[in-house]
Amino acid sequence: MNIEITGPKVMFEIAGIRITETVVNGWIVILLVSILSYFLTRNLQTKNPSKRQLVTEKIYFMLMNLVTGVMGKKWVRFAPYICALFAYSMFGSLISLTGLRAVTGDLSTTAAMAVLTTIMVIVTHIRTKGVGGWLKSYAEPVAVITPINIISEIANPVSMAFRHFGNIAAGIVITSLMYAALAAASNLLLGWIPVEFIANIPILQVGIPAVLSIYFDLFTGFLQAYIICMLTMVNVSGAGE
Amino acid sequence: MESTMLAKAIVMAGSAIGAGLAMIAGIGPGIGQGFAAGKAAEAVGRQPEAKGDITSTMLFGCAVAESTGIYGLVVAMILLFVNPFIGKL
Repeated sequence: MNIEITGPKVMFEIAGIRITETVVNGWIVILLVSILSYFLTRNLQTKNPSKRQLVTEKIYFMLMNLVTGVMGKKWVRFAPYICALFAYSMFGSLISLTGLRAVTGDLSTTAAMAVLTTIMVIVTHIRTKGVGGWLKSYAEPVAVITPINIISEIANPVSMAFRHFGNIAAGIVITSLMYAALAAASNLLLGWIPVEFIANIPILQVGIPAVLSIYFDLFTGFLQAYIICMLTMVNVSGAGE
Repeated sequence: MESTMLAKAIVMAGSAIGAGLAMIAGIGPGIGQGFAAGKAAEAVGRQPEAKGDITSTMLFGCAVAESTGIYGLVVAMILLFVNPFIGKL
């Protein structure tokens, strides 16, 4: 039994900066999303729209309705960021379907997302209420409660980052445990065959992990992308009221 | 040499037990999510036309409620795979 569960591996070094799998896969995801956006938004026409344009419009209205429904019409300028976050998070999780390591299965990625959200919340707060109003909001409703407010301000991005990371990383760990268990089980099933080649075929690894993959890659990936966007929207629009 | 081996073994055993104990945190979200799903089923029974809204609200609430369980999981995974206490020997 050799089950290997590790974090993202270091692929190479550039000038002393270690480039991990996460960064490389992140570049792939960025490239993929960019190509997809470029491809989907070419040759848009008002009359006789192509099928590609209909898909584009469907995606656009779905995300736009989500943003305006949760944040309201006046925050529509945040829609591009939310859509980018959604696309990066979702494709970052879905990339594990190709056998690469999920980008969001690294705490650094999700922590970066959470820190960006926190910066946006603080900036929005200062923009609507001024620096004084922002500082004063920590002493509300009473001044005694200030330390608790500060803790909750820190706990918010931490919980956001851990939630997304934990879900995806749990999927990675459980999937690799499952692969090891299936290899052992198929060894038990076929191990009595004297021909070495046949005895080593991990026959149970065909098909069964796909069921897990539907839950851990497709469902969790989509749900966590939805949730991180939802929390960003709720926090930002809450800060600007 | 022998004693450092023993110390390492004790630390690893403690980490494994700690990881197991950390996963007790899974009870809370389990109960909470079950409760939320039950309430959502009730709501769908009462108002079948609002099924889409109820489902998305329930999934959102479940995912937020899950975070306490995820904290436990992250702590367990750190204890198992990172072994932070071995370096402190």
